[in-house]
Amino acid sequence: MSKSATPVLSISQTPSNPWIEKLTQRVPLLLLPVIGLVLFLAVWNGVAKNIDTSLGQFPGPAQVWEQAGALVDEHNQQRTKAEAFYARQEQRNAERVAQDPTYPAKIRPFTGAPTFFDQIWTSLYTVMVGFLVASLVAVPIGILCGLSRSSYTAINPLIQLFKPISPLAWLPLVTMVVSAVYVSDDPMFSKSFVTSAVTVSLCCLWPTLINTAVGVSNIDKDLLNVSRVLRLKPLTHLRKIVLPASIPMIFTGLRLSLGIGWMVLIAAEMLAQNPGLGKFVWDEFQNGSSASLARIMVAVLTIGAIGFVLDRLMLSLQRLVSWDKNSVLR
Amino acid sequence: MMSKHLELTQVGIDFPTPKGAFTALQEVNLRINKGEFISLIGHSGCGKSTVLNIVAGLLNATRGGVILDGAEVTQPGPERAVVFQNHSLLPWLSVYKNVELAVKQTLRGKPKKQIREWVMHNLELVHMTHASDKLPAEISGGMKQRVGIARALAMEPKVLLMDEPFGALDALTRAHLQDSVMEIHAQLGNTVIMITHDVDEAVLLSDRIVMMTNGPAATVGEVLPIELARPRDRLALADNPTYNHYRHQVLTFLYEKQKKIEPVNAKQTAANKACSAKGKKIDAA
Ligand SMILES: Nc1ncnc2c1ncn2[C@@H]1O[C@H](COP(=O)(O)OP(=O)(O)OP(=O)(O)O)[C@@H](O)[C@H]1O
Ligand SMILES: [Mg+2]
Repeated sequence: MSKSATPVLSISQTPSNPWIEKLTQRVPLLLLPVIGLVLFLAVWNGVAKNIDTSLGQFPGPAQVWEQAGALVDEHNQQRTKAEAFYARQEQRNAERVAQDPTYPAKIRPFTGAPTFFDQIWTSLYTVMVGFLVASLVAVPIGILCGLSRSSYTAINPLIQLFKPISPLAWLPLVTMVVSAVYVSDDPMFSKSFVTSAVTVSLCCLWPTLINTAVGVSNIDKDLLNVSRVLRLKPLTHLRKIVLPASIPMIFTGLRLSLGIGWMVLIAAEMLAQNPGLGKFVWDEFQNGSSASLARIMVAVLTIGAIGFVLDRLMLSLQRLVSWDKNSVLR
Repeated sequence: MMSKHLELTQVGIDFPTPKGAFTALQEVNLRINKGEFISLIGHSGCGKSTVLNIVAGLLNATRGGVILDGAEVTQPGPERAVVFQNHSLLPWLSVYKNVELAVKQTLRGKPKKQIREWVMHNLELVHMTHASDKLPAEISGGMKQRVGIARALAMEPKVLLMDEPFGALDALTRAHLQDSVMEIHAQLGNTVIMITHDVDEAVLLSDRIVMMTNGPAATVGEVLPIELARPRDRLALADNPTYNHYRHQVLTFLYEKQKKIEPVNAKQTAANKACSAKGKKIDAA
């Protein structure tokens, strides 16, 4: 296959050099994704020209690229402003303290509008917290369900009931509950953050829980018998047999959960107007300037890229903790 | 010198199935002396593994019971170590760690040095010290089985239970491991119960061969004492008339007295062949 794909290359190069031969074998592997990308951009460009929306022509790759640059510039400007703001405050504080040594120096936070990159950071932080909380709950419950038939029977109906619920159905309830329950004078997290994170958690629970339970309940019976013959204590049994045996399934669940969590978060942010990438998209949409669509497109592509990177990170983590370094992980 | 050691009395077991209870074993009686090497032989599905698992404590008998050195067997434990058919090493632990897991259970709280020495000693017994840092996936099937045996021996069991330990191995490796097992048995003098499908293996290794009838409600059909002097040498025994007489007796039991009634029409035979190709074969050769 590789030969037929690059006949010109293989003829023009000396086949005797193994290094070059290897390279020619690799070329299709490196080239094909590039071809795919170029084709996609071309089609996008062609189609975009023919779509006229009420906000002007649908943005092609060039406009989107331009807006991406604009977003970076805005972010840098905002940064400079913030730095100047803090510098001014510090200077003022220093002057006040010089006049009156008892003056308690205080620094007010910068209140400029969050930039695109601030929103990315907020979303990332929120999804990670929501996902972590969900995992900390789901993995132990999943293990319990996998280990004991009766707890599985008890919990299974609940899982089946809650699993198919759309996060957006939870959102009003979560918002109300958080406003009612999460009251403190000096909150560590903002309410909107807690709402988003809880919503993400509620949806992240199920894939991890189910996959962990399946992984644990499918452990090779012989290995369990080994543990019984050795009379391993419950904790040793868990550490030496159950966890290593179910790591692949646990991670399958975790990766599914993180993917779902990321999708859910964007939707929740749009709907609840909570800070984050979803809000960015919504604000741009409401804003309705000629650049809005291109800016939304930047956000959409960013969301995709971050989703991809998050999945790769989980995969690397799986590689790190998995005992089976040779297994093909996708 | 030989004391009453392991006793199976009127052991029977019923498995619950959708179509009602299935009586797999009925009135199995067996007395085994200390240091004795017993082989269990019988057709596939007759209940050999079930007997072994009851002795191991992995299954509980419905009727009767097992007594080891005066105490009833109610649960599994390291004094009745099991060598499983497909080695059952933990794939995420190295050879050394696999054995160490067992040693840590039996020598709990002992100094590290002593644990290490005992692990290495047992790996030495099966000639596997050179691969102690390898993962099970990195060693051959025969080597895995050796490690499985080392792990079982490391528990210093009163009884060593082996469920077709060499079933999945090629003939040469199997012969090698049989020699190892004979050597270890001579050295340590454990009581051994081994399930096998291989008539030669049974005669070569055993002090007594326990032949089981076909199920359901399988039981001990005949017990054949093998009075061949040890150490036994497979080459010398090949032409030994006594040895061949024993072989013949086992074969007669399996293929005449307990002949498996199987339909001989073409379709069924094809299906059976497909079955036995992936399952285990009765080694009659
Ligand atoms: N958990 C179980 N539930 C129901 N029936 C069972 C169970 N375990 C074993 N049996 C039945 O008991 C009988 C004996 O099974 P066993 O595994 O002991 O046979 P075996 O002699 O070891 O066979 P093989 O030589 O093929 O390993 C079989 O008919 C099997 O179907
Ligand atoms: Mg069996």
